[in-house]
Amino acid sequence: MLKVHRDICGYCGCCVSVCPEGALELIDAYLCVEKNCTSCGICAKVCPLGALEVVDEK
Amino acid sequence: MKNKYDVLVIGGGPAGAIAAKTAVEKGLSACLVEKRPAIGAPVRCAEGIGKEALHEFIDPDPCWISAEMTGASIVAPDGFLMKLESHLAGNKVGYILNRKIFDRQLVWKAAEAGADVAVKTRASAPIMENGCVKGAKIERCGHVMNVTADVVIAADGVESKFSRWCGIDTTVPVREIMSSVQYVMADINIDARSTVFYLGNEVAPEGYLWVFPKGERSANVGVGISGKKSGQGHRAKDYLDRFVKKTFPHGKPIEYIAGGVSVCRPLDCTVADGLIITGDAARVVDPLTGGGIYNGMYTGRLAAEVATECIGKEDVSKNALMVYDTTWRASKMGKAIERNYHIKEYLIKLPDPKLNEIIHSVSKINLREFTTLSLIKEIISINPKMMLELGVLAASIG
Repeated sequence: MLKVHRDICGYCGCCVSVCPEGALELIDAYLCVEKNCTSCGICAKVCPLGALEVVDEK
Repeated sequence: MKNKYDVLVIGGGPAGAIAAKTAVEKGLSACLVEKRPAIGAPVRCAEGIGKEALHEFIDPDPCWISAEMTGASIVAPDGFLMKLESHLAGNKVGYILNRKIFDRQLVWKAAEAGADVAVKTRASAPIMENGCVKGAKIERCGHVMNVTADVVIAADGVESKFSRWCGIDTTVPVREIMSSVQYVMADINIDARSTVFYLGNEVAPEGYLWVFPKGERSANVGVGISGKKSGQGHRAKDYLDRFVKKTFPHGKPIEYIAGGVSVCRPLDCTVADGLIITGDAARVVDPLTGGGIYNGMYTGRLAAEVATECIGKEDVSKNALMVYDTTWRASKMGKAIERNYHIKEYLIKLPDPKLNEIIHSVSKINLREFTTLSLIKEIISINPKMMLELGVLAASIG
């Protein structure tokens, strides 16, 4: 699953623009991850700050 | 806010503000919604714009001009600096804006012209009828209401979610998102009249690093790298911090901003039934420079003009709105985007030694027109070999 490190996130929306599923939505300063996220990791790769991480589900 | 308008504008950046203002000036009712609590912040922009481009829309006002530029410099991967100046020495060629104030001024003007404006107000879904966009579900401080409109103008920036909800794929390819970060830095030694662009694989892979003066001793210092080149340990922030440590070790960052800039081709089609897409949301950013302020204002104005005409004729179908799409593509802006896309694709493939060679070919260029096109023409005239390498593209540069 996709983990948002909220202390690092700059709520810039870069990740939103590359998500192939449209699963990310920026509501003011809060990044929402919707259920259709496939954990593909594209957003984590492009994040300018390193705020996103795909972690194993537990 | 009412529950019905002629035009509903999603997003309060330059594209949305000009769209709303133009619509009400043409006699329509319009409402602009901005999801952030403040117009103009966070900035997410390097704030540069050419002189003529700005003057086409608004006279410069000292309230929101941070600095006036008389030239630019390009720094090669090996550190060699090429200076670009107007053929009239000392002539003003562009501005660095204060977008926090600039964006507010544009929205003010829209409001004064008669547009309704709502901040901290988010369009969360389109209202669709038989495949046609009829308005949007609007969320505001816990309240949800339906706002219908004859035409919705999507000006929701790089995220471009509204059009996606309407069924249009706005996804930016990974290699064509510029993953970006910027500091506003204070107390640094700079040339306060010139922008500086640093190129090279070590500094900004498939992108560039910029120093855009904001005052005598302050500047926007930022970097954009291709999403393809970004990853753990080599993100935009890593590149910027390395540069700042080396170049401005005693500078103080007073603002820290991240962002994404699309450098892909524009959307295949920027209209749908009842919908017009503008600015960054339509991916009409200049793919070579990453500049989007002028293109946003241009498409915002055109969108409102076309909406006015189509609403007057009671036909807001995709077919009727298509004149918006064909007009901007045939415009100077549309042609520049197409040409600069090819130039960008050529430049990002050049290895550093080749870039060094091109930039070393001349230490100072005086440009009659201060545009990327005249710069490219000058560089080609000095490096005629490039003409062959550019292939079919060469014809469009002429």
